[in-house]
Amino acid sequence: MTEFLAFFKTLTPTGYLFLLLTALTVISAMGVVTARNPIYSVLALIATFFCLSGHYILLNAQFLAAVNIIVYAGAIMVLFLFTIMFLNLRREDEEAKTNLTKIASVIVGGTLMVMLIMIFRAKSSQLPVGSTVGFEPNTGMVENLGHLLYGSYILPFELASVLFLIAMVGSVMLGKREAGDRHF
Amino acid sequence: MALPILLTKGLIILVIFGISLLIATYSTYAERKVAAFLQDRIGPNRAGPWGLLQPIADAGKLFFKEDFIPSQASKWLFILGPSLAMFTALMSSAVIPFGDSIRFAWDNVNYDVKVQGIEINIGVLYIFGVVSLGVYGVMVGGWASNNKFSLLGAIRAASQNISYEIALGLSIITILMMTGSLSVRHIVDQQATFFEWNVFTQPLGFIVFLTCSFAECNRTPFDLPECETELIGGYHTEYSSMKLGLYLFSEYINMFVSSAFISALYFGGFHYPFMNEVNGALENSMGAVTGHNLATAIGFIVFFGKILFFIFFFMWVRWTLPRFRYDQLMNLGWKIFIPLSILNVVVTGAGLLYDFKYSSWLIVVVMVVMAVMSQAKAPKQQVVPQRTV
Amino acid sequence: MQLTNRAKQVSNKEMTLAEKMYLPAVVGGLAITIKHFFRKKPTIQYPEVKKYLGPIYRGHHVLKRDEQGRERCTACGLCAVACPAEAISMVAAERKKGEEALYREEKYAAVYEINMLRCIFCGLCEEACPKQAVYLRHDRMVPVFLERDEVIYGKDRLVESLDDRYIRKNSEVATTPTEPSLTRSTT
Repeated sequence: MTEFLAFFKTLTPTGYLFLLLTALTVISAMGVVTARNPIYSVLALIATFFCLSGHYILLNAQFLAAVNIIVYAGAIMVLFLFTIMFLNLRREDEEAKTNLTKIASVIVGGTLMVMLIMIFRAKSSQLPVGSTVGFEPNTGMVENLGHLLYGSYILPFELASVLFLIAMVGSVMLGKREAGDRHF
Repeated sequence: MALPILLTKGLIILVIFGISLLIATYSTYAERKVAAFLQDRIGPNRAGPWGLLQPIADAGKLFFKEDFIPSQASKWLFILGPSLAMFTALMSSAVIPFGDSIRFAWDNVNYDVKVQGIEINIGVLYIFGVVSLGVYGVMVGGWASNNKFSLLGAIRAASQNISYEIALGLSIITILMMTGSLSVRHIVDQQATFFEWNVFTQPLGFIVFLTCSFAECNRTPFDLPECETELIGGYHTEYSSMKLGLYLFSEYINMFVSSAFISALYFGGFHYPFMNEVNGALENSMGAVTGHNLATAIGFIVFFGKILFFIFFFMWVRWTLPRFRYDQLMNLGWKIFIPLSILNVVVTGAGLLYDFKYSSWLIVVVMVVMAVMSQAKAPKQQVVPQRTV
Repeated sequence: MQLTNRAKQVSNKEMTLAEKMYLPAVVGGLAITIKHFFRKKPTIQYPEVKKYLGPIYRGHHVLKRDEQGRERCTACGLCAVACPAEAISMVAAERKKGEEALYREEKYAAVYEINMLRCIFCGLCEEACPKQAVYLRHDRMVPVFLERDEVIYGKDRLVESLDDRYIRKNSEVATTPTEPSLTRSTT
């Protein structure tokens, strides 16, 4: 306990902020899994994204933080919420959970957790240790990111954008009415 | 950060917060007055001189109404909805540069504090992020009411906002290409000369942006989420008392912020013609500190003049145009604005390659020529009998 | 046949590109509304400024007195019968000796009440009255009431006072013999 307090006292304000954000992230991520109502689940997921954006800002990656909020919290989660509002998932989903599915999900989830912990424990020694000496505070800024994306990584970037274009055209083709289709 | 800077920043943030609340409050009054004047009426004139105390009376009325929560509603989300709407609306004015800078000396140190909540290099993205969150207030409130009309309104709001955000973003990209920065202050500073205001270099982008901001604010002609004739009020059907008030209030704050954003991005922000001459004269005659502060104050007032004009424009359009049908709204967003703004990006990019800023006019000219030609070719009056089913 | 000259031939032809852009039409609409913005407003500030409502306006009821100040009403009940809203009720009484200066006829209305919540101000009582006793004033309205017991108007509020006689100056209908005046006596 005293060790913990001592550790607590050494923290900078940023450290406190980090701890707070982490606690919030974990709590809201737990909320995603445990919430009964899918709407609450989605809202908790949005809160999680917010906390992650907070972490990005702490890492001085403002661009990533803003884009994370615009793309994930602003667009994708709205679509999630949108879909869930259409499906009336109030009572029907309770019946789907038989004992078999519960046991299966516990086994799968547990295995995944064990694997992740193993991987992190095995590879933690190889992780680069952050140091304040060689740290360039502008790394995460939008200018550097732009130079990087349009310089060294121009080919993968453009390929990814082509991929998105293909996905977009594909969805338009799927959604398009054929000549004889019924009009709604 | 030094204490004087913190104090001034805090003061600036408080003042901006207060001003945006005040403008939002009086927008309700102005809305009614403008509506009345456009319809040959006088409007509220009983509470105080010219009805100036009307917003206060309205707010007082809303506070004393019964705060009703429907029994089948999800209670916490029902409360969360209007709070989110208000929260996101108030957050977005943080990065808008309202004026140049305030100069003062403290303990023999000279300070130069920018009249802006916070200057970050991703200002435009920040506003986008906050605006895209604005829809949650509507969605959560609409769903939590447990009312079909509210839910439909919320779903309409969500799909409308997502659709128009794309065109909104694409129409700004041309400005970002020309300035090479995401900071709103840089964008404003690049429009120092009158003919380089982005509205002159990007007329098409401006029209697309203006229309999309109407849609993002849920203002007429795009006020489908709260369309009374179809949805009896839309997402706030079940709301009463100050919860309803917060929804309506956040709409006006959004309007203020979009007006500020439009003026900053396209109308040179706090710049005005012959600003440099005026500033030079002021600084020469009154000293570098007082003159500069006075120049900043003039810029601040000019900026608010632009904002107020656009708020008036929002109202003017609201009481002129009828509401769009929902499929028309979606067609306009997806089939017209998005291709147009992509075309605009391509043409502007091509123009920038040859250092020509006004290439966006090319599309406008082509469109006008095509329109005139089609108008000339069309038969004058032709009555096609209506198809009977 | 045309009722007005403002009818327009509707055309549902294909819209041209200029019309599909909406912008010219939008600008035109904005021009129209801004013209109205600067137009003089026809509003009349009601409680401070009152508009003359014309000589045939039907307002506050009045029970007339004749030129000698006697009440005209004889409590025949025709007004109550004519009233579509059944707002009028009355109690008749016989004129005693010595009351000739008060009541014109031998029978009079001891109680005459109009329920102003029911009254629809149609003026049928005025038309029905054979004695030209009840009129709806053109110059005065029934004031707003806030309590239920203010609603029923008795004789105290209906009979005209002697220093505030009601004369209807109506140039267009002056020839009709039933216009209220001070001089004319009716049989």
